[in-house]
Amino acid sequence: MTISADHKEQGLADARPDEMDENEQASEVRRKFGISVEDYMLPARHQIQMVDPSGALNPQGEQGAEPGHEYPIPGDTELMAAYEQLVVGRRVNDQNSALVRQGRMAVYPSSHGQEACQVAAALCLREGDWLFPTYRDAVAVMSRGVDPVEAMTIFRGDWHGGYDPAKHKVGIQCTPLTTQLLHAVGVAHAAKLRGEDTVVLAMCGDGATSEGDFHEALNFAAVFHLPVIFFVQNNKYAISVPLSHQSVAPSLAHKAVGYGMAGERVDGNDLVALLAVLDRAVKLAREGSGPLLVEAHTYRMQAHTNADDATRYREDSEVAAWMAKDPITRMTAYLGGRGLLDDEGSARIAAKAEGVATQLREGLGEEVPVDPQNLFRYVFSKPTPQLKEQSALLADELAREASSQKEAGK
Amino acid sequence: MSPAVSTSSEATETAATGDVSSATASAAASAAAVAEASGPQTITMAKALNTAMADAMEADSSVLVFGEDVGRLGGVFRITDGLMATFGEQRCFDTPLAESGIVGMAVGMAMNGMRPVIEMQFDAFAYPAFEQIVSHVAKMHNRTRGTVKLPMVIRVPYAGGIGGVEHHCDSSESYYAHTAGLKVYTPATVADGYRMLREAIDSDDPVMFMEPKKLYWSKDQVDLDALRAEHAAHVSAGSSSEGRAAVARQGTDATLIAYGPSVPTALAAAAAAAEEGRSLEVIDVRSIVPFDDETVSASVRKTGRAVVIAEAHGFASVSSEIVARVQERCFHYLAAPIRRVTGFDVPYPAPKLEHYYLPSVDRILDAVDDLQWEN
Repeated sequence: MTISADHKEQGLADARPDEMDENEQASEVRRKFGISVEDYMLPARHQIQMVDPSGALNPQGEQGAEPGHEYPIPGDTELMAAYEQLVVGRRVNDQNSALVRQGRMAVYPSSHGQEACQVAAALCLREGDWLFPTYRDAVAVMSRGVDPVEAMTIFRGDWHGGYDPAKHKVGIQCTPLTTQLLHAVGVAHAAKLRGEDTVVLAMCGDGATSEGDFHEALNFAAVFHLPVIFFVQNNKYAISVPLSHQSVAPSLAHKAVGYGMAGERVDGNDLVALLAVLDRAVKLAREGSGPLLVEAHTYRMQAHTNADDATRYREDSEVAAWMAKDPITRMTAYLGGRGLLDDEGSARIAAKAEGVATQLREGLGEEVPVDPQNLFRYVFSKPTPQLKEQSALLADELAREASSQKEAGK
Repeated sequence: MSPAVSTSSEATETAATGDVSSATASAAASAAAVAEASGPQTITMAKALNTAMADAMEADSSVLVFGEDVGRLGGVFRITDGLMATFGEQRCFDTPLAESGIVGMAVGMAMNGMRPVIEMQFDAFAYPAFEQIVSHVAKMHNRTRGTVKLPMVIRVPYAGGIGGVEHHCDSSESYYAHTAGLKVYTPATVADGYRMLREAIDSDDPVMFMEPKKLYWSKDQVDLDALRAEHAAHVSAGSSSEGRAAVARQGTDATLIAYGPSVPTALAAAAAAAEEGRSLEVIDVRSIVPFDDETVSASVRKTGRAVVIAEAHGFASVSSEIVARVQERCFHYLAAPIRRVTGFDVPYPAPKLEHYYLPSVDRILDAVDDLQWEN
């Protein structure tokens, strides 16, 4: 597969991948990045990390960057906007977990500890781009501008999805693993056929890379040369099963070269590095460099869901070690050290986070009346005769129930 | 599998290579050539299906055709013959060999303004896509409260009768019919090949389009221009024959209810019965989902007897659903229990055994004889 920035421009619109001259590909990569195709596609030797767990900026030579894998530090405005979302994201995760304990939410797969990944995945995109999240990515969904209560509807239990995917350009949070990666490929393909420069970012976890649709999605994206970023949050566990049982590849990012796309590893608890890597990935994808695979090393600090008991499969000491790498304390220290964050700023952001938490408590606390007729309303664009019959059956049943309750009340 | 279908596509080699809109512009010329050659003529169902796709692509630049071998080869059954040459590689193209990928990518394309018409090469080759079909194609509209529509057609060459080897002859319609949110169509005539595929492509809901592969080579006198006019009239009136069964043969003594590959067998049985003085009505179900209870029940109420015919295994199948529905609606009109003639509950047999398995005229007539005719 080629790294060509734009086939059409070069009169190669119809060139099939297998007709591309290998030397031509190599020279194009060399021209653009100054390295070989293999060095472009293989991840850098070390993960990209810009800010260490203490909040100190790594010296330039120790950020993991290499020739052709260079990552400028994002601007202050971007960092501050992202930090704000980071704090809000943590508050949302903890608020939702509390609502589950109180029985006001059916379930909540928390991204506590992974908020930097969530925020960066959303903020690297621009208007018109699409995001395809999983069930654990509610914070990313919110960070794309979806109303918090609408984003949580899936977990409240009155409908499967709460927001309009077309309006927000955010796919419905997907449960069957990696099936949404193919939807991302399709959205990107349709946009490319219309000549639009849409970029699509699709999220999945480490366990999900074992699924067949992961393979099919990466391969389709590479073969059709589509601007899709596959963003893998490697949080080390698929419910209880550790990564070593999913893959023995050198890293998940190394899988990219097998598809003919570029891969990179990044510290998934370092918001600065995440933004740098994903911003560049989005830029390359938009320029026509094809799909990219980004693996973020992070950790699921809490159990899979409230129904899970993580003490059965991992040691407290492991969790404690990751606690020290927390994305928020790290970012707070970094921004404070650079003089970008003062007490006033921290208070303003904390107040904003509290406002979102209040919105969630109120929105998810209220009893939303469900309409039983909605069961039939959306199966097809127009109900079939059979669904009309069944809808009438239920209406009649409810009417009789209501009138007998009325009788009993007399 | 080397089907002897030769759909002499009039497609010129003016393959459009630009974007979608310019591809459509240059396609108009060759579509006009197709129109010129029409008028009443004898064509195959393969040609009718091919023409339906060409006409839909010509009418709407968001209609795309893709799958395995559908491009240069024109499909292993040649149903997409000439579409790549006519409309360009942007609108008819080959994908990597991965059915879940084909369906999943089509979902994303449909979410983003396209109307994909995709081919599963054979019935049993569609199974890798089952998760995408059941968990997304069928549910996306409902999950999003109607805000995301998936106007896509999944074409599935299905059923047997062609001496195919294992995994090439499954009757898989029951899996899809059992899944809420999918429409399931199956044409049995050449004209319906055109008519129903246009309706499926027009539908804002996803359609499993089950093509009886043994009928690809069936021929009929068809006026494509008349079918085009009929389609245009439906579109402008906002009507269609969608979801309607057809009375394929009028009769008074008993009703044969069949669909897809079994319709010609049912018609042959009715012709044989007529020679013995028994008048059988034949209903062609056409649309399994939605199901036309009205037409089916009206026929059974008139005749008082019914046999349901299907190639698929009888157990927990479309044929069992039809029997249940007819029984619920027509019990007091029935002179005899409803009978079924279906495939046995065995894996689809090897070529030399398939004639024992498939519903045959004799087996249908035997079932009709069993409908308690004394008096």
